[in-house]
Order: sequence, then structure tokens, then C-alpha cells
Amino acid sequence: MNMIYMLIGISILLALIFLLAFFWASKTGQNDDTYTPGIRLLFDEQPAQNRAEKSDEDHL
Amino acid sequence: MVQEKLISGETACYHCGDNLPSKAYHLDNKNFCCLGCKGVYQLLSSHQLSDYYVYNDVPGQTQKKQNTHFEFLDEPRIAADLVDYTDEHVTVITLYIPAIHCSSCIWLLENLYKINPDLIQSRVDFLKKQTMITFRNDDLSLRQVVETLSAIGYEPLISLQDVVKEQKSNTEARMLLTKIAVAGFCFGNSMLLSFPEYFGISGLEQQFKDFFGWLNLAFALPVVFYSGRGYFESAWINLKNGVLNLDFPLALGIAVMFLRSIGEIVTQRGAGFVDTLCGLIFFLLVGRWMQQHTYHHLSFERDYRSYFPVAVTLINEGTERPVPLSELKQGDRMLIRSNEIIPADAILLKGYADLDFSFVTGESAPVQKVLGEVVYAGGRQLGGAIELEVVKPVSQSYLTRLWNNETFVADKDRIKTFSGTASKYFSIVLLLVASGAGIFWLFTDPSRALASFTAVLIIACPCALALSSPFTLAAVLSVFDKNKFYLKNTSVIEELARIDTFVFDKTGTITNPETAGFRFEGIITEAQKQLVADLARNSGHPLSRELVKWIDKPAQYGAMEYKEMVGRGISGVVNGHQLRLGNAAFLGIEQYNQESSSVLVMVDGHFLGSFIAAKQWRPGFKGLIQKMGSRADLHLLSGDQDQDRQSLIPFFPRIQQMHFKQSPQNKLDYIANLQQFGHKVLMFGDGLNDAGALRQSDLGIAVTDNINNFTPGCDAILDGENFAKIPQFIQQAKDAVKVIHFSFVISLIYNFVGLFFAVQGILSPLIAAILMPVSTVTIILFTSISARAYARKNKLL
Repeated sequence: MNMIYMLIGISILLALIFLLAFFWASKTGQNDDTYTPGIRLLFDEQPAQNRAEKSDEDHL
Repeated sequence: MVQEKLISGETACYHCGDNLPSKAYHLDNKNFCCLGCKGVYQLLSSHQLSDYYVYNDVPGQTQKKQNTHFEFLDEPRIAADLVDYTDEHVTVITLYIPAIHCSSCIWLLENLYKINPDLIQSRVDFLKKQTMITFRNDDLSLRQVVETLSAIGYEPLISLQDVVKEQKSNTEARMLLTKIAVAGFCFGNSMLLSFPEYFGISGLEQQFKDFFGWLNLAFALPVVFYSGRGYFESAWINLKNGVLNLDFPLALGIAVMFLRSIGEIVTQRGAGFVDTLCGLIFFLLVGRWMQQHTYHHLSFERDYRSYFPVAVTLINEGTERPVPLSELKQGDRMLIRSNEIIPADAILLKGYADLDFSFVTGESAPVQKVLGEVVYAGGRQLGGAIELEVVKPVSQSYLTRLWNNETFVADKDRIKTFSGTASKYFSIVLLLVASGAGIFWLFTDPSRALASFTAVLIIACPCALALSSPFTLAAVLSVFDKNKFYLKNTSVIEELARIDTFVFDKTGTITNPETAGFRFEGIITEAQKQLVADLARNSGHPLSRELVKWIDKPAQYGAMEYKEMVGRGISGVVNGHQLRLGNAAFLGIEQYNQESSSVLVMVDGHFLGSFIAAKQWRPGFKGLIQKMGSRADLHLLSGDQDQDRQSLIPFFPRIQQMHFKQSPQNKLDYIANLQQFGHKVLMFGDGLNDAGALRQSDLGIAVTDNINNFTPGCDAILDGENFAKIPQFIQQAKDAVKVIHFSFVISLIYNFVGLFFAVQGILSPLIAAILMPVSTVTIILFTSISARAYARKNKLL
């Protein structure tokens, strides 16, 4: 049963890592703007004229 | 879909979507309403940025407005104040760009490097309407950056009170999030570590009990001393000031829970209340976070400075030089170009002043000034460039002086909230019950005395009570938000429920800023109307534009020999007829009783009569008055002459409560006077001249058609289109207070259940661990659901 000490230690350590990750995210301002990144994701890398050809390729 | 777009493309501008004029501009089979829109399209398509038009139809803003001058950005001192960071090679600046409104805007502004590779990087924050731009300062000056933005239709607003800088201080919000994260982390862990205790540990595993207990204590430390610290500080400060607010019983509960947990764990007599403690602080902080509702696109703290430019052009011995506004002195000669704001009281020395004071008075009809007249700060020049001599520095000007009034110095936190009042009595009763139970057991069974005393303080810790207000008010706030009614903070809702007196400003608040139409006094034929429209089409004056819109005839003839005398009138030859439109002096007519906002017409030397702009009440104003009139006390304060008195009598039955020719100071004093008689005053206003009254009133609501407009000293901003919903908003506020009262009763019931165990000294950690989250969840569900149900009843959802 002494294994429990180690398991609890590991689980807390893991949780601590996530907590620290949150601190880092908060400190670097990742929670300041929660709206724009979602839109940014939807933009295509391709210019408009190439898009028609590209979509055909996808169908092949 | 494609077909639809083609059809709309034939009648609307491809860039901004405005209706096409008779002479549209064409390029690449696309139509544009003006040269500006066409120019933006040309610039974008030459840099392979046509995708801008793919993500949204007509994403652009009309480019008909003239561009601003940015020479002042070349002045190093001014530029240094604006930039975030600069070294020898790169500069970073955050700019506020009001035109940001759709995903195309984001895409374009983040692809600026395609227009100029020296614009290394740009990031848009959509909700704040800000763009952070990094550029190479060896090859590009700040002014060029701003001018590039301006050229593609995204002109930044650079003002004296920098909106961007103010928003940067959001460290407090970040700090709260961190506190919540810490509390949540410890809550989760301590809950898991407490489960074995609650489910019963067999004799074999007793060794773990101590280990879990000590671990729990370790988790309690950061929660109490970091996350919950604010409650102790607030309770202490309030106690010193002799106030018992809700933070006192909360801090007391936290402290007692923490100390008792230490006692139980160290002496190995029990498991302590660590999970309840962590949960309590976690939920409390979440409630506080809910209350910190912020509108990124609005600011309630702006004053006149946020609408004044940072610099003004001075003329000194024939040379023009931009100078920061703060260095403007009496006697300086300034040059105000078209569309610029006059920043200080000044005397007109050169040119025709045709000023739009809508930002001051809410009245959009321009005001004309002649040479030698004093011009007050805040007017926007519509005509050509003018030169003025400063008579008073910016801070001493007629209007800006308002901000030196003591109303603006004092903080407006006199709003009494229900939870503030209730917590006072709650704290007293709580202390009485706790000591009563303690004393009772001291005489009957002393071993239980301390247990029952502390248990009462723990179980009665008003967690649910502390959450009922924030969750109800946050729900109402988001309902108002959807109806374009934006409140400064949650306590405004409770204030709204108490209002009994309504004061209205006239111009811009109850009148619609756009004229409804015209009536013609005199005789005019349809053919002559056509001539008038064709001539007026050439003018940029607001009245001319309204007139063209109202006559509503397609362009037929061009105007020859067109002349415009700024602020006086226009003349020209249309289809062989000599036409003159304008004021009486321009037409050379004497002894004509001219009404405000009217256009006189003369064709071939014959005076036909005049178009008189009809004032229109804001849509829904009549219905609003009918709904409120019977029970509310209505007042009118107008800065104008009293020509509208007759037409307003049906709305304001008590004639003695209509006041005209009121100065900003008069308005402020009038409201202060009403308050002295115990009235709770709600003021509706808009322009700068209402700022004092808005600030003085118990609740100042700025009514505006563009929420980015000037909204000084107010507690709430209401979009003009929802003006008629005010009775519903007030009803919703009253219902919200009802919900708070009721949830207070619910949390009291939970408290009584807990107290039943506590006074007997038999409160086990398990009961506390169940009661606390259950009561919290009940309150959260009840308040959010019932606040929305009331919103549906009030037709706000």
C-alpha cells in the first residue's frame, strides 16, 4: 500500500504542471483575447484565385 | 448565391455597400460609390489582397469622408508617447481602429505586410478593436504606418486620452483568474483527498489518514493566504471604517474553518474542513469574476480628452508646425482643417466657420460663425480650413471646465446594494447565534462549546448569499447587453429599480438626429424640385444631403457654374435655370423670418419659398411617455430656445417641468436640487453639455446612435434604436431585485438546516462538504434561470 504515497505524489505533480502551464498562459496574455484567434483559424492560406483549383484537387 | 451577389453588386458599392450614385465609378466590372472606395479596392487588388471581399460581402466602410492629417506623428515627442516599444530597428504600437467590425477586417489588417514588407507583423484584437503593429522604423515612419492604414480605410483614432493605454491595466483581471486557478486546483485535490475520510477508512489504512490530513492542510495554505487574502483585507478595512459588509462574515468563516482544520488535523481528532474551505473560496471568486463584466468596445471613463486630437497645427510666422495640445497657449494661432475638432476656445481670424457641435449639444445642424466671433471648443469644422486665435488653454475652456466641477472629482459609489444592507444585519445575527450556542454549551457540556461556536460560524458563512447578487445581476447584464443597453457595472441594475424621476435632454436624446423630412412653405413644381435636387447633389452639407434624399429623384441634369459659400448656400445653373439655395442673407432676401434648419429656394431670381426640416421624435418616444407618464415624474432640460415648447406639451403634462435655455451648469444644479427633495433621478442625455447632469444624477444614461460616440460621465449607454424599451429595462431591473430577495431566502433556508446541526455541536465535515456546494449550485441555477425567465416575460429575450 505504500505505493499510494508515490501515486499521490505523481498525481499532484501532474496537476501542478497543468497549473503552472495555466500561469504561463495567463502571464503571456493568452487569455486576454479569447475571440480573435477563433476567427483567425478560419482564414485560408491560399489567395482567392488559387482556391477554385485547389478545391478540385481535393476532390480527386 | 453567386447570382444574388451579382444583383446586389449592380446597385450597391462593391466596397462599402452604399447605394450607388447616378455617376458610379467602375473598375474590373465592379461598381463603387466614390473615389475613396475605388481607391481602396485598387490598392488591395494590386497587392493580391482581394480575399478581403471573399470572406464577407461589402466589408468596407464608406470612404466619402475626408481624410485626416497626420503630420503631428512626425513630431518625436508626440510619437514617443504613443508607441509601446521602440529600438534602433523596430517599433511596436497599438492603435485603436473603430472601423474593425468583421472577419475581413481581421484578415486584411493581419496581412498588412503584403502592402508594405516593412510592416513586419500585425495582430488584431477584435473585441477591443485594436491592432498591434510591429514595423521597421529605418524605412517607415509612424506617420507612414498610420497613413497606410488610413489609405485602406482603417484610420486609427488617436486622441488626447489614449483609449489603448487605459485598457492595458488589465492586470487585476489576470490576477483574479490566477487566484481562481489556485483555488480550483486546491479544491479539486483536497476533495479527492477527503473522500476516503467521508466513505470511511478501514482500520488498516489509518496511516493514510494523517498523511491525507497534512496534505490537505498544505493545500489550504495557498487558498487562504493567496486566493482568499482579499476577503481579509476588505473585511479589515471595512471594520476600521465601522462598516459591516458581507466580507466580514466571509472572512470570519474562512478564518474559523482554517484554524479549526489545523486544530483537528494536528491533534488528530478529525479531518478538518479543508475541502469545504477551498470550495467556498473557489465559488466566491468565480462569483466575483462574473461581476467583473467588462465591455471591451466601450469605455465609461472617457472624458472630453478622448475625442480631442493629440496635436494641433500652429501657424507661426508663416510656418505650420504640429504642437501637442498641452502646450497650446493663449494667443497661439491655430489652423483647423476640414473635419478637425477645435480643441480650445478661440476667436475666428480667417475663413468661414461651419461647425458641427453634435458632440457637444447633440444637435447635428451646423452652426455658422463670422470673423471675430468666439468659437467654443468641441466644434468640428465642416467647411474649408480656418485660422483661429486661442483665448483659453484647453483645460480652461468653457466646456472642459465642467470636468473641474467637484461632481467629477468625487467617486460615484454611493449606490446602495441589497446585499450591502442585508449583510449588516446578517453579520450581527450570525454573531449572536454563534455566541448564544457557545454560551449555552459552556454551561451544559463545556466540551462542545467551542465546537458549536465555530460550527455556527462555518456553516452560516454566507457563500450562497454572496453569490446570489453577482449571478442574478450578471445574467441581467447579459440580457441588457443583447438589447444594446450597456451598463457600467452590476450595481447600476439595482439603482435602476429605484428610479422615480426621469429627466430628458431634448436635442439628440428625444429628437432623432436625422431629420424626418421637409415641408415646403410656398409653391414649387415637381420640375423645380428636380432642379433643386440636381444642384444640392453637389454639396456635402448635411442639409443638402438630407434634401436630396427626401426629394428622391434620380439625377437628370448636371450643374454648371456651381459655387458653394460654406455655411451660407450654393448656387449654379441647372438646365438653363439660375438656382440659389441657402439662407436668407445668401439669397439677398431681407425681413424673412427664417426658421432653424431651413433651405430657401430662388429660381431665376424669383423667391419660391423654403424647405423646412421637420424635427422628429425618436421612434418609440410617444409610446415610452404613454407607458411611463402615469406613474413617473417627467422633466425636460434643453439647452435650446423654446420654439418646441408647444409640440412637447402633450409629452410633458406638467409644463413647469420643461426648462429651456439651460447651461450645462444649470442642468447639473437642477438635478442636484431634485435629489435634495429625495428623488431618485434618471437622466437621459447625450452630448458633452449633459456630462455634468449625467454625472450628478443617480443614474445617467447616454442615448446614442453610435456606441463609439462620445458618452461622458454616464453609468449606462443605450443604443438609440432601443429607446422605447426603457420601461421593459426598468421592469427587468425590478424583477432582478425580486430574484435577489428570493435567492436570499433560499440561502437562509440552507443556513437554517446547517445551523440545526451546528448549534448542537454535531456538525461533521461531511455535512459541511455537502451543504456548501449544494446550496451554491442551487443559487446559481435559480438566479440564472429566473433572471432569464423574467427577461422573456419582459420581452427582452
